[in-house]
Order: sequence, then structure tokens, then C-alpha cells
Amino acid sequence: MSNNREFLYRRLHSLLGVLPIGLYLIVHLMVNNFAVKGPEAYNQATHFMENLPFRYFMEVTIIFLPIIFHAIYGLYIAFQAKHNTSTYSYFRNWMFRIQRITGVIVLIFITWHVWETRVASAFGAEVNFNMMAEIVSNPFALALYIIGITATTFHFANGLWSFAVTWGITVSPRSQQIMTYVSIAVFVAVTFVGVRAILAFVG
Amino acid sequence: MSEKTIKLVIKRQKNDTGESYDERFELPYRPNMNVISALMEIRRNPQNESGEDTTAVAWEASCLEEVCGACSMIINGKPRQSCTALIDQLEQPIRLEPMHTFPVVRDLVVDRSRMFDSLKRVKAWVPIDGTYDLGPGPRMPEAKRQWAYELSKCMTCGVCLQACPNVNSKSEFIGPAALSQVRLFNAHPTGAMHKAERLETLMDSDGGLSNCGNSQNCVEACPKGIPLTTSIAALNRETTLQSFKNFFGTDHTA
Repeated sequence: MSNNREFLYRRLHSLLGVLPIGLYLIVHLMVNNFAVKGPEAYNQATHFMENLPFRYFMEVTIIFLPIIFHAIYGLYIAFQAKHNTSTYSYFRNWMFRIQRITGVIVLIFITWHVWETRVASAFGAEVNFNMMAEIVSNPFALALYIIGITATTFHFANGLWSFAVTWGITVSPRSQQIMTYVSIAVFVAVTFVGVRAILAFVG
Repeated sequence: MSEKTIKLVIKRQKNDTGESYDERFELPYRPNMNVISALMEIRRNPQNESGEDTTAVAWEASCLEEVCGACSMIINGKPRQSCTALIDQLEQPIRLEPMHTFPVVRDLVVDRSRMFDSLKRVKAWVPIDGTYDLGPGPRMPEAKRQWAYELSKCMTCGVCLQACPNVNSKSEFIGPAALSQVRLFNAHPTGAMHKAERLETLMDSDGGLSNCGNSQNCVEACPKGIPLTTSIAALNRETTLQSFKNFFGTDHTA
């Protein structure tokens, strides 16, 4: 075994994007959809999540550490690329570029989002329907949220496609083509779930 | 001589450290010319568009039938072989540039050494030399031979490295060409004896297989139509298995 860890880090980066981060993203957006049923249902759902046993342990191991690694190593990967979509305007090359752009957008979005929800709650603010309703009552913030959510779902869906290639699940061109359709379907579905929830907070 | 002319804009550079500059040329038209014959025309009469004497443009060529890869350059924005770039099919003025992913030696001549070093790094050959005659190796099924022949068409021309957004000065990525050769030689019945070694080379050094970002430009750009991205995905699968073997141990050595 060699001391070079690049292969390991790359594979870890790919794996963490799906498990646990991708899975967490879906759970998060699903729970958000309780807002569609009204403030009470939403508050009950968030209260349930807040009171899960081993909450802090799960937050650190399932959410914070994987996202921090994925983000930092992802930035390193993103800034290694020298984009050339003007010369090679192929679909996959655009996906390659947008994956890196959305990665950076998502990092900024999540930092802001965590700051005004999770960090605020650590300093005593209560996370509930009103908190989100207040945030998105500003149309500018709502627009940023919709952009942030869409960038996240794109990054996740397209990440699923490259996950399948990176781990050697889809090898043949046809299997990769089918996975492209699957990832588009995932993008549409998860974006719907995410945007529907944020719009439920708009008065 | 007909009055029709061919216009070229060539990105030139005096030596490996010099500044690059554009020089325009105008040549008398002849039917059925390719970029090579246009460059030969310039060499015969090295005058630029304004009629001033200039140095002959340096370029490389060898086989003139798109099997050696030496004459690769960027023609009207796309990297390709200049021998099969027919003047009649190109929009004028024809813009010629060196493949800037590689160090430029002079004018259109680039140094593709890194590609040949990569082939050495991954042992892109079937090692049979020994102290005694090893005898004939196992036979290869015909269907597999036909499949392997496609991968063997690689001429190390560098077009895939030029097209790859992850092959650049900020990254050490080995590039698609050498990766696909690993697949070729791992598929060979005798070459497969060094399969694990080749895979580990791709996993154990900077700029290995995992640097691929799946932009898939390489497979679009390859002049030989080599299924480079299929090779890369197949190697991803093989290195996944190899990494499990390395970590957990195996009694399955091949």
C-alpha cells in the first residue's frame, strides 16, 4: 500500500455526496414539506427531529463532518478544472462545468442557511414555521433560497450520475445514457419537493 | 495559376520560452490540399501575407495518413491531425495553433513527452522478456481481439489531453490516452499477468484515474473513435474491486 491518498479522498468525496449527504438532503426536504400542511404540522415535525436521540452525535457524523469534507475537497477539485465549454459545447462538458459552479453556490448557500437557522438556534432562537416565514418574507431572500435549493438538487442529481461512473456501476455508454435520464428525473422530483416546501412559508 | 488563394493565420513562437504571435499567410490555391501541403507551400516560399520574408513555419508530420499522431494541432479551434484536415472543407482564414496543453517547442511543434512517460508509468506493453523462452501465450478469442483492436488504434496524438478540462497546469492528471491503454493491456491474456500492478499505478500516484471529472470531451474529440470514457468507467469498476482486495486481502490473486 502506498502513502498516496488521492484515490481514497476522491472515492470518499464521491461516496459522501450520496451517503449520507444526499440521503440527508432528501430527508430534510421531505420534512420541510410538513409546512404545506400548515404551521402546526411543521412545528411538530421539526420538534420531532430536534428531539431525536443522539441528536448532536448524528448532526456531527451524518451532516457536519461529511459536508465539510465534501465542500473543502470539492473546492480543491473545482478549481483544478480549466473549463473549455466554448470550444467543446457538449452536454457532458456543460454538466461538468455546472456541477462545479453549483458546488460553489451550494457551499455559500448552506453556510448562509446554517448561519441563520442552526447557528441561530444554538444561540437561543427557536426553529419553527415563523422563523422561516420571516426569512422568506423578504422576496430577495426567497429568490436566494429558490436558487440555493435548485443548485443543491442539481448538484445532487448530477452527482448521482458521476457517482455511478466513479464507482464503475455504469460502464457502457447506454447505461450512462439511461443514468442521465434517471438523474434528470431525480432532479425534477427533488427540486419539486424542495421548492414546494419553501413556497409553503410564503404568506 | 488560378487567382483563388488560401488564407492562413498561424500562431507562432520562436522557441520554447518565446512570446507567441500571429502571422498571416496567403497562398495560391490548388485543389485537394490539406493543411500539411499548405504548410509545405509556406516552407517553399516563406513570405507572409504582406509579402515580407519570414522564417518557415515549423511543424511535425510523419505518416500522412492519420496513424502516427505527430501532426496534431489546433485547426480552427479544434485539435486534430493536420494531414486529414482538407483545405476545401475548412473555413478561411484557417487558424492554426499548437496544442497548448503541451510545452510548445517552436511554432506548431509541441513536446508530447508526458504522454510517452505516462505509457511507461502504466507499463503499456506485454512484458515477455526473460532468461528463457516462455513459449506461446494463451490465445485470445476473436471477438475480444476485435474489441481490443479498437483500443489499440490510439496513436498518442494528444487530442484527448488537449480536450480534457482536467489536464492542465494546475493538475497532474495522466489523461485519457494512457488510461485506455491500461484497459487494453489488462485485457491481453499475457498482459493480464500485470493487471494488479497497472491498476495500482493508477490508484497510487498523483494525477491517476480518480482525477477524471467525466466531462467526456475526450471520447468526442478522439480522431480514432476510441471508447475512452467506457475504458475509464471500466477501470473505475476494476479499481473499486482492486481497492477492496488491497484493503481486505484476497486469495484471488489474478
